[in-house]
Amino acid sequence: MSQPRTLYDKLWDAHVVKQREDGTALLYIDRHLLHEVTSPQAFEGLRLAGRSPWRLGANLATPDHNVPTTQKERAQGVSGIEDETSRIQVQTLDENCDAFGITEFKINDVRQGIVHVVGPEQGATLPGMTLVCGDSHTATHGAFAALAHGVGTSEVEHVLATQCLIQRKMKNLLIQVDGRLQPGVTAKDIILAVIGEIGTAGGTGYAMEFAGSAIESLSMEGRMTICNMAIEAGARVGLVACDQTTLDYVKGRPFAPQGEQWAQAEAYWKNLHTDSGAVFDKVVTLDAAAIEPQVSWGTSPEMVAPISGQVPNPADAVDETQRKSWVRALEYMGLQPNQALTDIRLDRVFIGSCTNSRIEDLRAAAVVIKGRKVASSVKQALVVPGSGLVKQQAEAEGLDQVFVAAGFEWREPGCSMCLAMNADKLGAGEHCASTSNRNFEGRQGYGGRTHLVSPAMAAAAAIAGHFIDVRQF
Amino acid sequence: MQKFTQLNGLVAPLDRANVDTDLIIPKQFLKSIKRTGFGPNLFDELRYLDEGYPGQDASQRPLNPDFVLNQPRYQGAEVLLARQNFGCGSSREHAPWALVDFGFRAVIAPSFADIFFNNAPKNGLLLIQLDEAVLDRLFAEVAASEGYRLLIDLPAQKVTTPSGEVLSFEMDPFRKHCLINGLDDIGITLQDAQAIKDYEVRQAQQTPWIFA
Repeated sequence: MSQPRTLYDKLWDAHVVKQREDGTALLYIDRHLLHEVTSPQAFEGLRLAGRSPWRLGANLATPDHNVPTTQKERAQGVSGIEDETSRIQVQTLDENCDAFGITEFKINDVRQGIVHVVGPEQGATLPGMTLVCGDSHTATHGAFAALAHGVGTSEVEHVLATQCLIQRKMKNLLIQVDGRLQPGVTAKDIILAVIGEIGTAGGTGYAMEFAGSAIESLSMEGRMTICNMAIEAGARVGLVACDQTTLDYVKGRPFAPQGEQWAQAEAYWKNLHTDSGAVFDKVVTLDAAAIEPQVSWGTSPEMVAPISGQVPNPADAVDETQRKSWVRALEYMGLQPNQALTDIRLDRVFIGSCTNSRIEDLRAAAVVIKGRKVASSVKQALVVPGSGLVKQQAEAEGLDQVFVAAGFEWREPGCSMCLAMNADKLGAGEHCASTSNRNFEGRQGYGGRTHLVSPAMAAAAAIAGHFIDVRQF
Repeated sequence: MQKFTQLNGLVAPLDRANVDTDLIIPKQFLKSIKRTGFGPNLFDELRYLDEGYPGQDASQRPLNPDFVLNQPRYQGAEVLLARQNFGCGSSREHAPWALVDFGFRAVIAPSFADIFFNNAPKNGLLLIQLDEAVLDRLFAEVAASEGYRLLIDLPAQKVTTPSGEVLSFEMDPFRKHCLINGLDDIGITLQDAQAIKDYEVRQAQQTPWIFA
């Protein structure tokens, strides 16, 4: 009998084109997603070398990072983008995709959106695939038992030209989360708690598989939220085994196999789980029932605490490096040691990003908001759906009306305030309850102060004007 | 890609853990469709006292005198000493592009984030991992001695300090080969074009929906 293997081992083995003597392998890439920011230099490289894409059908593109999200600016399509450099970048993606014949969902196509929302929504992300994109949040797609990770622009060009990457196999890390989540606690809180536990470099060098009853009971949206932020724990790859929830989500989507091929695929995909007895290099266990809603207080995703907690005191740091990081973070965030998280007042609220802009996220926020008003002290509350199709679905359910009635702005799809490459950004010193993934200095705007939370927690914070435990809301 | 063999480089210290790629090059500069010109905006939010945006004349901006790279003694630095988990966060290759454009040829740290670790050597930027305790010592030596340089020998995988101490480092043989010879990976991979085609033929039987 063959050696028991982890899910990562299986995905790796199935894609090795050639094992090389130096310990690296040539790994085949099934799907390549592209967006406007990290692809122009790769296309230029292809042109300069006189190369063309190896397998056109593997590629799928959509603009997301730079696109404006107001209806007014979107009305004219790409030519209406006011920021010239953003417009040129989106136009360049259009021109490159047209020239090379790559399928692209352009700016006002209803299928356009954040690349990590679009791929799964279209069935372009499938179990068992290797999938890369020039974006670190490509880890998202691991929720489908796909080996997915972010790459730089040189590797974007490499995949375009060869359909392969030169890789070295990573180690296996298991995050085991068993038990039942408390009501009001979500996938976002699980992953923030994991990052708080193992730190922002805890997964470096590993493929990180999430398993256990708490993970199994999550929807695909929840699993995507978790895998999305594996990179925030240092792991390029997040993974969840394929099960009936996965198959039910994938079936019938435009790029998914149909008919006889569906039956063949389903049989193949059912083996996409870690074998019993397979050995992980490292195992971390969490009790789902003990996880509270989480709020990040600092400038790294590991600087996170349960809502009942406080901002830490640098005097309690474990070493000098951590003490310095905490002192700097508190200064940047304008917070005091031992301050209660519920005392942090918000200037803006952002519901969106590849972490939390899917229909389930919008529903979770809308439930909290329904019949209430955004606090008058909050300058702006934004909802940015992850794709045109998510927006359409939300509107069909009347969620847009719930948000607008409460005082939220209802926007067009894109990355928006998660990284503030478009006009949606924080002012210096402003605190934001954000459903995004990174609270780095300046990430959401120069001098902006980001607090990472779940959609339900962001919604409750918008109403209260400060952080509040959504379980008691 | 610029080849890397030996370098006797001036060293600048960045004493901060978890330096993310947003900090190395902020997002507003990612709108460029070129690979060059990012140097003036390397560590933009730390280097300048005002908010940066594309197209500014960097020479007219107020410098942050406290930031290490603005200090006269570190002008012309080619080696950056850094702390753990350097290059975490976003996959933007603009980060190594900015470091190289600024003039850095090597970064020495106790650990690097995975994606940055992949991206840097493809641009001729050598990443050297040394123990935290060794880094502590190097940080102290740099602070104590103006004009502190390190002699880096990639073929021998050794760093020599001004006092003659020799520090060995690990290096992936493939990355080393590419750096020393200034090779780009695509040409190397395309030597295996037939193996890739054979793989596709095999897989089209097993997983035909991938190739539909």
